[in-house]
Amino acid sequence: MATEALHVVRAGALTTVQDLGRPGHAHLGVPHSGALDRAAHRLANRLLGNPETAATLETTLTGCAVRALRPVLAVVTGAPCRVTVDGRPAAWGQPVPVPAGAVLDVGAATHGVRSYVGFAGGVEAEEVLGSRATDLLSGLGPAPLRDGDTLALGAVPPRGRPAAADAAPWVAPPRELVLPVTLGPRDDWFTPHGLRTLFTGDYRVSAASNRIGLRLEGPALARARDGELASEGMVLGAVQVPPEGLPVIFLSDHPTTGGYPVVGVVHPSALDAMAQARPGTPVRFTPMGGTPSGR
Amino acid sequence: MSTPAARAAAGAPAAVSAPADGSAAGTATQIPHQAAAARLTVRPVGTDGLLIELDTTERTEALHAELLRRRAAGTLTPVREIVPGARTVLLDGFAAPQAARRLAAELPGWEVPPLTGGDTAVVEIPVRYDGPDLPEVAALWGVPEDEVARIHAATEYRVAFCGFAPGFGYLTGLGERYHVPRRATPRTRVPTGAVGLAGGYTGIYPRSSPGGWQLIGTAPDTVLWDTRRCPAALLSPGTRVRFVPLDGAESAGGGHGD
Repeated sequence: MATEALHVVRAGALTTVQDLGRPGHAHLGVPHSGALDRAAHRLANRLLGNPETAATLETTLTGCAVRALRPVLAVVTGAPCRVTVDGRPAAWGQPVPVPAGAVLDVGAATHGVRSYVGFAGGVEAEEVLGSRATDLLSGLGPAPLRDGDTLALGAVPPRGRPAAADAAPWVAPPRELVLPVTLGPRDDWFTPHGLRTLFTGDYRVSAASNRIGLRLEGPALARARDGELASEGMVLGAVQVPPEGLPVIFLSDHPTTGGYPVVGVVHPSALDAMAQARPGTPVRFTPMGGTPSGR
Repeated sequence: MSTPAARAAAGAPAAVSAPADGSAAGTATQIPHQAAAARLTVRPVGTDGLLIELDTTERTEALHAELLRRRAAGTLTPVREIVPGARTVLLDGFAAPQAARRLAAELPGWEVPPLTGGDTAVVEIPVRYDGPDLPEVAALWGVPEDEVARIHAATEYRVAFCGFAPGFGYLTGLGERYHVPRRATPRTRVPTGAVGLAGGYTGIYPRSSPGGWQLIGTAPDTVLWDTRRCPAALLSPGTRVRFVPLDGAESAGGGHGD
């Protein structure tokens, strides 16, 4: 069972417990939540022999450091960074044994934003609606890590240590985000010029981005009508356009309903890249095909 | 996050707004068999979602109920989320884009019975009508302050949809003449259990948060959201709700509703 296994020495700018989230509760106002870069989260678990539902730590730009209270097996995926155990360089993207008493330091991301720190057995935390994920919008799940916290780990899978992988598949953090978009459901709230702006404008990731949404800087989208929609359901990847006209792309902790029009939806294949896009990263939208919605 | 001001923008024809006046509560069946056929618009949402848009709150709630019936009966193509809104139902997470397209083609032909509302239990929420915006709401309604409590408690509500925070339901049921704007300046902190009005909706804050609704009371004993409870949410879309005044002697009767 769960035993205290890690002491948080350096929590970093924002480190949260994440898994695959809590789908199926949007009608109650519960965000999906879960790891932003799911491929990196899954890879961390695979490299450790954990089920992909095991919880990992998601860091933000500055990494984190934990002291092992017993021998643990850890792995760091996602945003590349310097990894050390008691100051000695250790592998990134490979399982690393951390002896009892040693400090695993996950350094600042050299590229990308979010590293995932997995541990054999997975990070233990109380499940809320079937998930251990921290949801920063609604406050569900464990609080973000603080210096001095203690974390428990789950039981190590009976298969023990997995076979070593010589090379783990890894997609480099994007220099430029190219986001395939399906128009709708509210593209008819924008002028033809506004829609052209979406697909031709030079956008950049704003520093105000977070787990709720990727905010963009760039040209505003001209609207065909004013006002707000009556509240309607929102999906992951929705490109929502508040009155000032700058798109916000919804990420894992997005609100389940909203009143600003959604001009289009980014294809799920681009979600992981968005999780790793630093402020300033250029963004381009490309049409997915299909016909504009509306009558 | 919703803004009722957009009601007009949804383009609902004036002719169908008649049943929205609370005085006709329970008899909203003027158009028995037209059902929702051809009264809805289906819009794609990404590659595996649909947004179904309807012309009235009543039709929206009726379609949502029908979707849940079909899901319970196993006749609805599997979909991860069914999320009602004010005038929409979002279906998100079909197994394949073809499933979404097939359903989109079928939906306009569905027979959707009007809401009956009689078969589910009513959740009663005790309320102390002591909110700081009572005078404002009374002025907007054109009634004395104590009438606000009587009118509010004499109405039967339904949870039309949830959002804003886990466990926060948007309750419909108040007649159109009792719709109020939200506060010009939102409060930075609304306490847990505060009962508020905005547009045509009533809501109860499941936890302390910023908020712009006009506060008319407090539900001190009702836990709207508790993740250790199953179900965690007291209110989910379709739940029927009644408010019971805590102090006044007027809790019983309430005959002359709206």
